[in-house]
Amino acid sequence: MPTVIVDGREIEIGTDERLNCIEAARRAGAEIPHYCWHPGLSVVASCRMCLIEVGSRDAETGKTSMVPKLVPACQTPAKDGTVIVTESSKVKESRARVEEALLIDHPVDCPICDKAGECRLQDYHFEHGQAQRRADIHPFTSRKRDVGPTVSLFVDRCIMCTRCVRFTREVAGTGELMVSSRGSKEEIDIFPGYPLDNKLSGNVVDLCPVGALGDKDFLYQQRVWFLKREDGVCGGCSAGCSIHTEHNQDTIYRLKPRENQHVNKWWICDEGRYGWHHLHDPSRLVEPKRQRDGKGNAAAEPVEWADIIGLLRSDLAAATANGGRLAVAVSPMLTVEEAWMLCSVARSIDPQAMLAVGFVPTSGEDESFPGGFTIRSEKCPNRVGVEHVIAGFDPTVPRWETLLDAVESGSCTAAWISAAYPPAGNRPPSEAASWIDEATAARFEKLRCLIVQDLFTSPLADRADWLLPAAGFAERSGTWVNHAQWAQSFERAIRAPSGVWPEGRLLWNMLGRHRLYDPAVIRREAAATSSALAALAEDLPPIGIDLRLQQLATS
Amino acid sequence: MKPTDSSVRWIEERPLGLTERLYLPLVLQGLTTTARHLVSKKVTVSFPEERPAVGNPLIYRGVHRLNRDHDGRVKCVACFLCATACPAHCIDIVATESPWPDREKYPESFQIDELRCIFCGMCEEACPVDAIELTSLLDLTGKSREEMIFDKEKLLSVYDMTKDAEPMKSESMGGTL
Repeated sequence: MPTVIVDGREIEIGTDERLNCIEAARRAGAEIPHYCWHPGLSVVASCRMCLIEVGSRDAETGKTSMVPKLVPACQTPAKDGTVIVTESSKVKESRARVEEALLIDHPVDCPICDKAGECRLQDYHFEHGQAQRRADIHPFTSRKRDVGPTVSLFVDRCIMCTRCVRFTREVAGTGELMVSSRGSKEEIDIFPGYPLDNKLSGNVVDLCPVGALGDKDFLYQQRVWFLKREDGVCGGCSAGCSIHTEHNQDTIYRLKPRENQHVNKWWICDEGRYGWHHLHDPSRLVEPKRQRDGKGNAAAEPVEWADIIGLLRSDLAAATANGGRLAVAVSPMLTVEEAWMLCSVARSIDPQAMLAVGFVPTSGEDESFPGGFTIRSEKCPNRVGVEHVIAGFDPTVPRWETLLDAVESGSCTAAWISAAYPPAGNRPPSEAASWIDEATAARFEKLRCLIVQDLFTSPLADRADWLLPAAGFAERSGTWVNHAQWAQSFERAIRAPSGVWPEGRLLWNMLGRHRLYDPAVIRREAAATSSALAALAEDLPPIGIDLRLQQLATS
Repeated sequence: MKPTDSSVRWIEERPLGLTERLYLPLVLQGLTTTARHLVSKKVTVSFPEERPAVGNPLIYRGVHRLNRDHDGRVKCVACFLCATACPAHCIDIVATESPWPDREKYPESFQIDELRCIFCGMCEEACPVDAIELTSLLDLTGKSREEMIFDKEKLLSVYDMTKDAEPMKSESMGGTL
């Protein structure tokens, strides 16, 4: 095993690992400051912040010889016998000089900069910079430049690390951003008439180590130190990207990608990034309503949740009496746990209940980018997981179309349609087309009892006997399985709006369970009933697990 | 620490002396203090008919005000540092892009819940542009809780009311323009 010596400590690295000195030092617990280097982008070694002392130890004699100059750690591969010194006075002096040079041109407008609090320039200056500013340039405000529909550029805050330029060239493959001028006049810019407008553009804001690139959606909304951060999973498409949900007082302010090499690497798409606004839309359904009572008379009165638990059961039992059947659409927006509970509740009311995969929204084609990132056309996070759950109850796994035929023909007399679909294409709910059209909704006419659980009103919701509010993606707890069988568990980030019981809570109570809804309990039970979900019996690591590995092991 | 701990030193109560046992000298001593206060200068005032004197208005911590800059615009840059420093969480700011070319953002709304405020002066201390200051106005009353939530206009009007008596910290005093 190759051995690297970091500040006198020997650490072993893998034989076929290609680490640079920053990564090797991190393994030994030494953090080398850096601006321009990012593991997902090419190496330019231009910021000079990661300069360190490097040498090599002769394997035979054990003598160490150091390179006379400081070298950039990001560009220096860590090999067997590489000696890294990260804390010598020479290195510290160099870091202080780099910081000083960067701050000469920086407006230091931290109080009004949205990056303040999570800014590398701030952090590194506290850690490595010097307290005094020798070149006292009067502070000025930064010039602001509109570079695209999602991003604003604060020109003078930029430290020219060119991460954003490399991102648009290497990962997005669109190359809108460039460096114009030379030397101290260098600026990030766009070519006139070609704005930064691609489906991954929001990532340049995350990449920016300083406050130069601002997300227009988040700009001036909240200071970052007020935000609380929860690990989550994006519900925008079947890719299931790992995200951080950043929120304060049950309001989401932004979503950020969470590194997960198995799913989304370091990135998320703009559709997912800005796909949370519907959760706080005033037109959301927040009140459970019994729109028609058991005899078909219009009621439309709000009902207490505590009563609903029993009423849903009795209404469905009455509608399926005398040879009727219950049809359940298990929405691919539900978590595995919620889907399993919904199936269990349905089968406890009608042992012959039809359990079908709910409507699967799609849009266009899968879209891949040069950096290996793909936006999926299937706009729901858990179709695979729901199919696995249903297969445990009914191996034929009926489709949404099968359910539609069954309710239209009258062979099913009651239906529970879980939906919870966000508005298509991130549009405001008032402008977006509903997930179900009038003609399809008309096929539900013959039912004796229809329960619809959704985020927004729809043609189907108007026909429902029971209209129940659903939870948004950040308000659920549970497990989603993405298109490639990758399962990730997450906890809810924010509470559902007042008056809304998330599906998990309602179904947990309908199953007659006590205490609070605990997804881990249900996950283990679901894992025990389905071989495809067997891997979920254990607690999942934050990055998730591949269900196929467990399937291979058990088959 | 237990009473049996070796570092605990136990002392006995001092036995009463003759004067203490006679009782009367101590009564006289107490009455002397009372008599001295009867004839000394009063420190209380009949508020609100009489106004108490404020020592140094510049350091007194009364009602807040939001200062204006040279052009009469609100000086605040909506940096949220006062809201961050506030231990009572009584400041609520909504920031937005400023309509002026020389400023980046400004407060669209700026509210202070004066009932929640503990008048510690941390907001004044945190402000990087000296926009929020505590005046020497000390009688703060209202008929409802809503009335006591001061918005931007009200805080600016406090400035207009007090700017002559209590000038804003000038540049020479270490303030910002």
